Amino acid sequence: MNLTEQIIIIALCAAATMLTRFLPFLIFSDKKATPKYITYLGKALPAASFAMLIVYSLRNTELSGGTYGLAEALAIMVTCVLYFWKRQMLLPIAGGTITYMLLVQLVF
Amino acid sequence: MTKEAKGVRRRALLAAFPYTIPIFAGFWFLGLAYGMYMNASGFNFWYPMVMSLVVFGGSLEFVMVTILLGPFAPLATFFLALMIQARHVFYGIAMLDKYKGLGWKRFYLYFSLCDETFSLNYMLEPPPGIDRGWFYFFVSLLNHIYWISGSTLGGLLGSLVKFNTEGLEFVMTALFVVIFLEQWSKEKKHYTALIGLFASLVCLVLFGPDSFLLPAMGLILLLLLLFRKPIEKAGGLTLTADERTVDLP
Repeated sequence: MNLTEQIIIIALCAAATMLTRFLPFLIFSDKKATPKYITYLGKALPAASFAMLIVYSLRNTELSGGTYGLAEALAIMVTCVLYFWKRQMLLPIAGGTITYMLLVQLVF
Repeated sequence: MTKEAKGVRRRALLAAFPYTIPIFAGFWFLGLAYGMYMNASGFNFWYPMVMSLVVFGGSLEFVMVTILLGPFAPLATFFLALMIQARHVFYGIAMLDKYKGLGWKRFYLYFSLCDETFSLNYMLEPPPGIDRGWFYFFVSLLNHIYWISGSTLGGLLGSLVKFNTEGLEFVMTALFVVIFLEQWSKEKKHYTALIGLFASLVCLVLFGPDSFLLPAMGLILLLLLLFRKPIEKAGGLTLTADERTVDLP
Protein backbone atom coordinates (compact mmCIF):
# COMPACT_ATOMS: atom_id res chain seq x y z
CA MET A 1 0.00 0.00 0.00
CA ASN A 2 1.33 3.45 -0.85
CA LEU A 3 0.73 6.57 1.21
CA THR A 4 -2.38 7.64 -0.75
CA GLU A 5 -3.94 4.22 -0.32
CA GLN A 6 -3.14 4.26 3.38
CA ILE A 7 -4.79 7.67 3.73
CA ILE A 8 -7.88 6.36 1.93
CA ILE A 9 -8.05 3.34 4.26
CA ILE A 10 -7.74 5.50 7.39
CA ALA A 11 -10.37 7.94 6.06
CA LEU A 12 -12.77 5.08 5.30
CA CYS A 13 -12.35 3.62 8.79
CA ALA A 14 -12.98 7.06 10.30
CA ALA A 15 -16.05 7.50 8.08
CA ALA A 16 -17.47 4.09 9.03
CA THR A 17 -16.96 4.89 12.72
CA MET A 18 -18.63 8.28 12.40
CA LEU A 19 -21.53 6.72 10.52
CA THR A 20 -22.22 4.36 13.45
CA ARG A 21 -21.89 7.14 16.03
CA PHE A 22 -23.96 9.78 14.22
CA LEU A 23 -26.65 7.53 12.72
CA PRO A 24 -29.30 7.83 15.49
CA PHE A 25 -28.62 11.58 15.78
CA LEU A 26 -29.01 12.05 12.02
CA ILE A 27 -32.22 10.03 11.80
CA PHE A 28 -33.93 11.35 14.91
CA SER A 29 -33.33 15.07 14.90
CA ASP A 30 -34.52 17.43 17.62
CA LYS A 31 -37.28 18.78 15.43
CA LYS A 32 -39.54 15.80 14.99
CA ALA A 33 -40.65 13.64 17.88
CA THR A 34 -38.63 10.48 18.43
CA PRO A 35 -40.68 7.29 17.85
CA LYS A 36 -41.84 5.59 21.04
CA TYR A 37 -39.91 2.37 20.45
CA ILE A 38 -36.66 4.31 20.00
CA THR A 39 -37.24 6.16 23.28
CA TYR A 40 -37.84 2.75 24.84
CA LEU A 41 -34.63 1.35 23.32
CA GLY A 42 -32.73 4.42 24.50
CA LYS A 43 -33.67 3.49 28.05
CA ALA A 44 -33.42 -0.28 27.68
CA LEU A 45 -30.11 -0.44 25.79
CA PRO A 46 -27.61 1.06 28.29
CA ALA A 47 -27.83 -1.68 30.94
CA ALA A 48 -27.71 -4.31 28.20
CA SER A 49 -24.76 -2.54 26.57
CA PHE A 50 -22.78 -2.34 29.82
CA ALA A 51 -23.30 -6.10 30.28
CA MET A 52 -22.18 -6.63 26.69
CA LEU A 53 -19.06 -4.50 27.26
CA ILE A 54 -18.08 -6.55 30.31
CA VAL A 55 -18.37 -9.76 28.30
CA TYR A 56 -16.55 -8.08 25.38
CA SER A 57 -13.62 -7.00 27.55
CA LEU A 58 -13.35 -10.53 28.97
CA ARG A 59 -13.91 -12.35 25.68
CA ASN A 60 -10.41 -13.80 25.49
CA THR A 61 -10.39 -15.24 29.02
CA GLU A 62 -9.31 -18.86 28.99
CA LEU A 63 -11.79 -21.00 30.88
CA SER A 64 -10.47 -24.42 29.92
CA GLY A 65 -6.83 -23.75 30.61
CA GLY A 66 -4.39 -21.17 31.92
CA THR A 67 -5.86 -19.79 35.12
CA TYR A 68 -9.38 -20.99 34.28
CA GLY A 69 -10.62 -17.42 34.58
CA LEU A 70 -9.88 -17.43 38.29
CA ALA A 71 -7.90 -14.17 38.29
CA GLU A 72 -10.71 -12.41 36.42
CA ALA A 73 -13.39 -13.82 38.75
CA LEU A 74 -11.48 -12.82 41.90
CA ALA A 75 -10.70 -9.32 40.61
CA ILE A 76 -14.35 -8.78 39.65
CA MET A 77 -15.40 -9.93 43.13
CA VAL A 78 -13.02 -7.43 44.74
CA THR A 79 -14.38 -4.70 42.45
CA CYS A 80 -17.99 -5.55 43.42
CA VAL A 81 -17.26 -5.73 47.16
CA LEU A 82 -15.44 -2.38 47.11
CA TYR A 83 -18.24 -0.83 45.08
CA PHE A 84 -21.03 -1.93 47.43
CA TRP A 85 -18.93 -0.95 50.44
CA LYS A 86 -17.91 2.54 49.35
CA ARG A 87 -20.42 3.34 46.59
CA GLN A 88 -17.96 5.29 44.55
CA MET A 89 -16.01 4.74 41.38
CA LEU A 90 -12.25 5.13 41.71
CA LEU A 91 -11.59 2.81 44.65
CA PRO A 92 -13.29 -0.30 43.20
CA ILE A 93 -11.64 0.23 39.81
CA ALA A 94 -8.20 0.67 41.38
CA GLY A 95 -8.73 -2.20 43.84
CA GLY A 96 -9.94 -4.61 41.18
CA THR A 97 -7.13 -3.72 38.79
CA ILE A 98 -4.40 -4.02 41.42
CA THR A 99 -5.84 -7.37 42.52
CA TYR A 100 -5.77 -8.60 38.96
CA MET A 101 -2.22 -7.36 38.34
CA LEU A 102 -0.91 -8.97 41.52
CA LEU A 103 -2.65 -12.23 40.67
CA VAL A 104 -1.36 -12.52 37.10
CA GLN A 105 2.14 -11.27 37.95
CA LEU A 106 2.82 -13.05 41.24
CA VAL A 107 0.38 -15.91 41.77
CA PHE A 108 -0.50 -17.46 38.45
CA MET B 1 -14.70 35.45 25.11
CA THR B 2 -16.05 37.05 28.24
CA LYS B 3 -14.61 36.36 31.65
CA GLU B 4 -17.85 34.72 32.74
CA ALA B 5 -17.88 32.25 29.85
CA LYS B 6 -14.29 31.32 30.64
CA GLY B 7 -15.28 30.64 34.24
CA VAL B 8 -18.13 28.38 33.11
CA ARG B 9 -15.74 26.34 30.99
CA ARG B 10 -13.07 26.19 33.68
CA ARG B 11 -15.52 24.97 36.30
CA ALA B 12 -16.87 22.33 33.89
CA LEU B 13 -13.34 21.13 33.11
CA LEU B 14 -12.43 20.89 36.80
CA ALA B 15 -15.68 19.06 37.55
CA ALA B 16 -15.18 16.61 34.67
CA PHE B 17 -11.54 15.74 35.32
CA PRO B 18 -11.83 13.48 38.42
CA TYR B 19 -14.30 11.19 36.64
CA THR B 20 -11.86 10.62 33.80
CA ILE B 21 -8.93 9.43 35.94
CA PRO B 22 -9.66 5.68 35.47
CA ILE B 23 -9.92 6.28 31.71
CA PHE B 24 -6.56 8.04 31.82
CA ALA B 25 -4.96 4.93 33.34
CA GLY B 26 -6.69 2.60 30.91
CA PHE B 27 -6.14 4.69 27.79
CA TRP B 28 -2.48 5.36 28.48
CA PHE B 29 -1.88 1.68 28.99
CA LEU B 30 -3.87 0.55 25.94
CA GLY B 31 -2.69 3.53 23.89
CA LEU B 32 0.96 2.85 24.68
CA ALA B 33 0.49 -0.80 23.79
CA TYR B 34 -1.23 0.16 20.54
CA GLY B 35 1.43 2.73 19.60
CA MET B 36 4.20 0.24 20.31
CA TYR B 37 2.41 -2.38 18.24
CA MET B 38 2.19 0.03 15.30
CA ASN B 39 5.84 0.95 15.75
CA ALA B 40 6.84 -2.72 15.78
CA SER B 41 4.76 -3.21 12.60
CA GLY B 42 6.85 -0.58 10.81
CA PHE B 43 4.67 2.53 11.15
CA ASN B 44 6.05 5.77 12.58
CA PHE B 45 4.25 7.70 15.32
CA TRP B 46 2.18 9.78 12.88
CA TYR B 47 0.02 6.74 12.14
CA PRO B 48 -1.22 5.96 15.68
CA MET B 49 -1.53 9.72 16.33
CA VAL B 50 -3.70 10.48 13.31
CA MET B 51 -5.74 7.28 13.64
CA SER B 52 -6.44 7.96 17.32
CA LEU B 53 -7.46 11.50 16.42
CA VAL B 54 -9.89 10.66 13.60
CA VAL B 55 -11.12 7.15 14.52
CA PHE B 56 -10.90 7.17 18.34
CA GLY B 57 -11.85 3.52 18.72
CA GLY B 58 -9.32 1.06 20.10
CA SER B 59 -10.63 -2.22 18.74
CA LEU B 60 -10.83 -0.97 15.14
CA GLU B 61 -7.44 0.74 15.37
CA PHE B 62 -5.78 -2.50 16.42
CA VAL B 63 -7.40 -4.32 13.48
CA MET B 64 -6.34 -1.52 11.11
CA VAL B 65 -2.68 -2.41 11.67
CA THR B 66 -3.29 -5.71 9.89
CA ILE B 67 -5.43 -4.03 7.24
CA LEU B 68 -2.74 -1.43 6.47
CA LEU B 69 -0.16 -4.19 6.06
CA GLY B 70 -2.37 -6.11 3.62
CA PRO B 71 -3.54 -5.43 0.07
CA PHE B 72 -5.60 -2.29 -0.71
CA ALA B 73 -9.25 -3.29 -0.35
CA PRO B 74 -11.30 -0.15 0.37
CA LEU B 75 -14.81 -1.61 0.17
CA ALA B 76 -14.05 -4.65 2.32
CA THR B 77 -12.29 -2.38 4.81
CA PHE B 78 -15.27 -0.05 5.03
CA PHE B 79 -17.70 -2.89 5.77
CA LEU B 80 -15.35 -4.55 8.23
CA ALA B 81 -15.06 -1.21 10.05
CA LEU B 82 -18.85 -0.83 10.08
CA MET B 83 -19.20 -4.29 11.61
CA ILE B 84 -16.58 -3.71 14.29
CA GLN B 85 -18.08 -0.34 15.21
CA ALA B 86 -21.77 -1.27 14.93
CA ARG B 87 -22.29 -1.21 18.71
CA HIS B 88 -21.90 2.58 18.67
CA VAL B 89 -25.39 2.81 17.17
CA PHE B 90 -26.69 1.61 20.55
CA TYR B 91 -24.80 4.40 22.30
CA GLY B 92 -26.13 7.01 19.91
CA ILE B 93 -29.70 5.88 20.58
CA ALA B 94 -29.12 5.89 24.35
CA MET B 95 -27.66 9.42 24.29
CA LEU B 96 -30.39 11.03 22.15
CA ASP B 97 -32.16 12.36 25.24
CA LYS B 98 -29.09 13.37 27.21
CA TYR B 99 -27.39 15.24 24.38
CA LYS B 100 -30.59 16.96 23.23
CA GLY B 101 -30.35 20.74 23.01
CA LEU B 102 -26.60 20.99 23.49
CA GLY B 103 -26.06 22.90 20.23
CA TRP B 104 -22.82 22.60 18.26
CA LYS B 105 -21.19 20.59 21.06
CA ARG B 106 -23.29 17.61 20.00
CA PHE B 107 -21.19 17.21 16.88
CA TYR B 108 -18.11 16.60 18.99
CA LEU B 109 -20.07 14.60 21.60
CA TYR B 110 -21.30 12.10 18.99
CA PHE B 111 -17.96 12.14 17.17
CA SER B 112 -16.14 11.04 20.33
CA LEU B 113 -18.70 8.49 21.55
CA CYS B 114 -16.40 5.52 22.20
CA ASP B 115 -17.23 2.71 24.68
CA GLU B 116 -15.68 4.43 27.67
CA THR B 117 -16.95 7.94 26.96
CA PHE B 118 -20.45 6.60 26.41
CA SER B 119 -20.34 4.65 29.69
CA LEU B 120 -19.16 7.66 31.69
CA ASN B 121 -21.38 10.29 30.12
CA TYR B 122 -24.44 8.09 30.27
CA MET B 123 -23.95 7.51 33.98
CA LEU B 124 -22.86 11.02 34.98
CA GLU B 125 -24.99 14.03 35.77
CA PRO B 126 -23.06 17.29 36.02
CA PRO B 127 -22.75 18.53 39.61
CA PRO B 128 -25.06 21.44 40.56
CA GLY B 129 -24.11 24.74 38.97
CA ILE B 130 -22.00 23.10 36.25
CA ASP B 131 -22.94 23.61 32.60
CA ARG B 132 -24.25 20.33 31.12
CA GLY B 133 -22.89 20.76 27.62
CA TRP B 134 -19.40 21.78 28.69
CA PHE B 135 -19.26 19.03 31.33
CA TYR B 136 -19.97 16.24 28.82
CA PHE B 137 -17.76 18.01 26.28
CA PHE B 138 -14.76 17.97 28.63
CA VAL B 139 -15.28 14.35 29.73
CA SER B 140 -15.20 13.44 26.02
CA LEU B 141 -12.28 15.72 25.18
CA LEU B 142 -10.10 14.56 28.10
CA ASN B 143 -10.67 10.91 27.15
CA HIS B 144 -9.84 11.72 23.53
CA ILE B 145 -6.63 13.50 24.60
CA TYR B 146 -5.58 10.57 26.81
CA TRP B 147 -6.03 8.16 23.92
CA ILE B 148 -4.18 10.32 21.36
CA SER B 149 -1.28 11.10 23.71
CA GLY B 150 -0.95 7.49 24.88
CA SER B 151 -0.85 6.02 21.39
CA THR B 152 1.48 8.75 20.08
CA LEU B 153 3.85 8.17 22.97
CA GLY B 154 3.75 4.43 22.32
CA GLY B 155 4.61 5.07 18.68
CA LEU B 156 7.52 7.31 19.68
CA LEU B 157 8.94 5.05 22.34
CA GLY B 158 8.49 1.92 20.26
CA SER B 159 9.95 -1.10 21.92
CA LEU B 160 12.49 0.96 23.90
CA VAL B 161 10.72 0.63 27.19
CA LYS B 162 9.65 -2.51 28.92
CA PHE B 163 7.91 -2.22 32.24
CA ASN B 164 5.81 -4.79 33.96
CA THR B 165 2.29 -3.62 33.30
CA GLU B 166 0.94 -7.12 32.83
CA GLY B 167 -2.72 -7.14 33.82
CA LEU B 168 -3.23 -3.36 33.70
CA GLU B 169 -5.68 -3.86 30.85
CA PHE B 170 -8.13 -5.06 33.50
CA VAL B 171 -8.78 -1.40 34.39
CA MET B 172 -11.24 -1.25 31.48
CA THR B 173 -13.10 -4.35 32.65
CA ALA B 174 -13.26 -2.90 36.17
CA LEU B 175 -14.62 0.37 34.78
CA PHE B 176 -17.38 -1.44 32.90
CA VAL B 177 -18.18 -3.56 35.98
CA VAL B 178 -18.53 -0.46 38.19
CA ILE B 179 -20.72 1.33 35.66
CA PHE B 180 -22.81 -1.83 35.27
CA LEU B 181 -23.27 -1.98 39.06
CA GLU B 182 -24.09 1.73 39.21
CA GLN B 183 -26.80 1.15 36.65
CA TRP B 184 -27.93 -2.04 38.39
CA SER B 185 -28.45 -0.36 41.75
CA LYS B 186 -30.59 2.34 40.17
CA GLU B 187 -33.03 0.01 38.48
CA LYS B 188 -36.09 -1.46 40.08
CA LYS B 189 -35.98 -4.51 37.85
CA HIS B 190 -32.96 -5.92 36.07
CA TYR B 191 -34.47 -7.42 32.92
CA THR B 192 -32.48 -5.35 30.44
CA ALA B 193 -29.14 -5.94 32.19
CA LEU B 194 -29.83 -9.68 32.34
CA ILE B 195 -30.87 -9.75 28.68
CA GLY B 196 -27.57 -8.08 27.77
CA LEU B 197 -25.59 -10.54 29.85
CA PHE B 198 -27.47 -13.57 28.62
CA ALA B 199 -27.38 -12.63 24.91
CA SER B 200 -23.67 -11.77 25.03
CA LEU B 201 -22.68 -14.98 26.81
CA VAL B 202 -24.79 -17.21 24.56
CA CYS B 203 -23.35 -15.60 21.44
CA LEU B 204 -19.80 -15.72 22.82
CA VAL B 205 -20.17 -19.49 23.28
CA LEU B 206 -21.83 -19.97 19.88
CA PHE B 207 -19.73 -17.63 17.72
CA GLY B 208 -16.42 -17.31 19.54
CA PRO B 209 -14.58 -14.21 20.80
CA ASP B 210 -13.86 -12.71 17.37
CA SER B 211 -17.35 -12.60 15.92
CA PHE B 212 -19.88 -12.70 18.74
CA LEU B 213 -20.55 -8.96 18.96
CA LEU B 214 -22.87 -8.55 15.98
CA PRO B 215 -25.06 -11.59 16.75
CA ALA B 216 -25.15 -10.51 20.40
CA MET B 217 -26.40 -7.06 19.38
CA GLY B 218 -29.04 -8.62 17.16
CA LEU B 219 -30.20 -10.92 19.95
CA ILE B 220 -30.28 -8.05 22.47
CA LEU B 221 -32.41 -5.93 20.12
CA LEU B 222 -34.72 -8.86 19.41
CA LEU B 223 -35.24 -9.74 23.08
CA LEU B 224 -35.71 -6.11 24.15
CA LEU B 225 -38.34 -5.50 21.49
CA LEU B 226 -40.00 -8.87 22.10
CA PHE B 227 -40.35 -8.27 25.84
CA ARG B 228 -41.07 -4.54 25.58
CA LYS B 229 -44.55 -4.79 27.13
CA PRO B 230 -43.60 -6.84 30.22
CA ILE B 231 -40.42 -4.79 30.75
CA GLU B 232 -42.24 -1.45 30.59
CA LYS B 233 -45.10 -2.77 32.71
CA ALA B 234 -42.76 -4.03 35.43
CA GLY B 235 -40.88 -0.72 35.51
CA GLY B 236 -37.71 -2.44 34.42
CA LEU B 237 -36.25 0.60 32.73
CA THR B 238 -33.57 2.92 33.94
CA LEU B 239 -34.67 5.93 35.91
CA THR B 240 -34.79 9.28 34.18
CA ALA B 241 -31.90 11.67 34.42
CA ASP B 242 -33.27 13.78 37.27
CA GLU B 243 -34.12 10.70 39.34
CA ARG B 244 -30.53 9.60 39.16
CA THR B 245 -27.99 10.66 41.69
CA VAL B 246 -24.33 9.92 41.32
CA ASP B 247 -22.01 9.96 44.24
CA LEU B 248 -18.60 9.78 42.69
CA PRO B 249 -15.12 11.07 43.54
